[in-house]
Amino acid sequence: MAAQIFSAIFVIIIGVGGCVAYFWGANKLVDIIFPSRGVQGAAAIDNLRRQGMIRPWLFVGPAMIILTIYLIYPVVETLRLSFLDRGGGSFVGFANYEWAFGDREFRNSILNNIVWLAVVPAACTFLGLIIAVLTDKIWWGTIAKSLIFLPLAISFVGASVIWKFIYEYRGEGQVQIGLLNAIIQYFGGQPQVWISLPFWNNFFLMIILIWIQTGFAMVILSSALRGIPEETLEAAVIDGANPFQIFWKIMVPQIWGTIAVVWTTITILVLKVFDIVLTMTNGQWNSQVLANLMFDWMFRGGGDFGRGATIAIIIMIAVIPIMVWNIRQANKETGGH
Amino acid sequence: MAVATGKSFASRFGVHIAVLIFVAIWTVPTLGILVSSLRDKDQIIASGWWNSFASSSQTEAGRLPPASAQVEKDGKFVLAGNIFGEGAARNISAFGVKSAAPTQYPAGTTADLGDGVTLQLNADGTFVMGSPKAFEGDRGQRVYYASSAPPKFTTDNYRTVLFSEGIGRSFMNSLTVTIPATVIPILIAAFAAYALAWMRFPGRALLIAVIIGLLVVPLQMSLIPLLKLYNGVGTFFGVPSKTYLGIWLAHTGFGLPFAIYLLRSYIAGLPREIMESARIDGASDFEIFVKIVLPLSFPVLASFAIFQFLWVWNDLLVAMVFLGTEGDQIVLTAKLNALLGSRGGDWEILTTSAFVTIIVPLIVFFSLQRYFVRGLLAGSVKGG
Repeated sequence: MAAQIFSAIFVIIIGVGGCVAYFWGANKLVDIIFPSRGVQGAAAIDNLRRQGMIRPWLFVGPAMIILTIYLIYPVVETLRLSFLDRGGGSFVGFANYEWAFGDREFRNSILNNIVWLAVVPAACTFLGLIIAVLTDKIWWGTIAKSLIFLPLAISFVGASVIWKFIYEYRGEGQVQIGLLNAIIQYFGGQPQVWISLPFWNNFFLMIILIWIQTGFAMVILSSALRGIPEETLEAAVIDGANPFQIFWKIMVPQIWGTIAVVWTTITILVLKVFDIVLTMTNGQWNSQVLANLMFDWMFRGGGDFGRGATIAIIIMIAVIPIMVWNIRQANKETGGH
Repeated sequence: MAVATGKSFASRFGVHIAVLIFVAIWTVPTLGILVSSLRDKDQIIASGWWNSFASSSQTEAGRLPPASAQVEKDGKFVLAGNIFGEGAARNISAFGVKSAAPTQYPAGTTADLGDGVTLQLNADGTFVMGSPKAFEGDRGQRVYYASSAPPKFTTDNYRTVLFSEGIGRSFMNSLTVTIPATVIPILIAAFAAYALAWMRFPGRALLIAVIIGLLVVPLQMSLIPLLKLYNGVGTFFGVPSKTYLGIWLAHTGFGLPFAIYLLRSYIAGLPREIMESARIDGASDFEIFVKIVLPLSFPVLASFAIFQFLWVWNDLLVAMVFLGTEGDQIVLTAKLNALLGSRGGDWEILTTSAFVTIIVPLIVFFSLQRYFVRGLLAGSVKGG
């Protein structure tokens, strides 16, 4: 253990020190090669101009190299691999895509992903909005928000264990140690093996993600609600609007932009959902989703990179509209700065 | 938002109740594993954790000593002793000899087992079994009994998972992965963010657009090519392909778009006058960055650090692909996932391990919540 701690500290120092050394050293080098101090007239101006040309690239260089290796190249490569066979050896055209749409498990995953996409972002946004509005009205709202926010810090695997314990099943008539079955048995119902009920098990997995992400929606929406000008609310009260009208007709329309942002952020997260399915069911009982299916194919039977890449591309295609919208929004906002 | 929309007492009361219910739903699950991780492992399966402060009752089976332990007394053969042996006494409420009727006789009564055989089992576990004929066989009589044990809390589970189940080691591995994977992207992103915000160079706008596009590229797109690349590099240089360095760089790459985006929008908002007056005083970009921009950007650096820390600590996918699913170097999340497979029903192991994995994020989260929320707002409201 001690050796591990030492080697970790050592490597941390090397890694971080290396970064610092690069930026400091590269900067120094530019100053030495193109000196701007102690040189007279045109030469100094020339060198300053050269420095100004080189230095930005020294600053963005490491980031560009890493982004290229870890994100840009893989996107191109994954696209290429999706047209190759399992080992990446020979070109197979659209065979992987044809396989995908004919595969029962893949179609099941697509269907489940659609259900996840329909339920989770909506549920998180709706619950987050409700909680944001309610907690704004009470004196202990900050504490309540903190507690509801808390699951956001918990890993998906940790959350899966937490909820697996809640869904735990024991035979009928036995002592139920899972909270859900205990409640059901207390009211005279039948205990169920929740995570193996086909189709409905999806919802029991979704609850985990909703439980984690509602806090995120709540915090963002709560801050947006604070930004609503009070005059609009006061005017509505004076006009005799009831709380529901104020909520739906005054508050919600003013924070549409934020709702859209929350919705899309959670949508992207849902498309990538993997850990929860892996740890709860590993795709059994018709609960498979694309990200887990992809992981599965990466290693199944030694790995089929062609099929894995194809599934990744399909996830990517689902994300592209959001990506385009994001870039447009950002261009509008920064306006060239 | 100070306008009270519901003015009556009933509606205000309703709001309190509603929030209370939400808070309960969002905290009780976590409380469940915390309480369970501190319970005795036999009690976890005997009663729900919400009953952990009450005595738990359970039906158990035991075996009386074999025939060799009998003594002859007044022409009768007798077996006597305590069913719990030397162990802690529990309170027996009823007993039986058939598995179909494990609680047929109340404790302390004498049961007639037929052929003149009698069995008395007392609440404290002492028993007397008598028979007119000698007992035979190497296996003693099977006895079922319902007993209740007082609530018992222990830290044994923590000792077990930390030192025998490998969670302690994985905890160190998680730290080894997380700290550099948090610090390296901050440094790289801060320089890039400054250049993108305050330096003029061709292609800057395009670079910003690319980074915003990369923000939403699913991790899944990178996995296979990088796995191939790492394997290739490993074979070429004859080094292992699953290393800490590999996972640090992977996390750096995946965290960079968000880091640059978040930092750039903050750094771009710093007042122009400060930069310009520093430039007039002859400061270079490097000096401006180190002496002015970095200190002023502390809040956003802290925000990103918390994000990245939580993301890396909680990540399972990247860890499984780049560090593997078994071996000495796997991190907490992967270890917990492995335990779910191998120790599926052992809730004392699972709840305790789960709590160990979530405790660090919870501490970070509670102590630095302010920065976390600020980063969340900056990161998502401004367009991402």
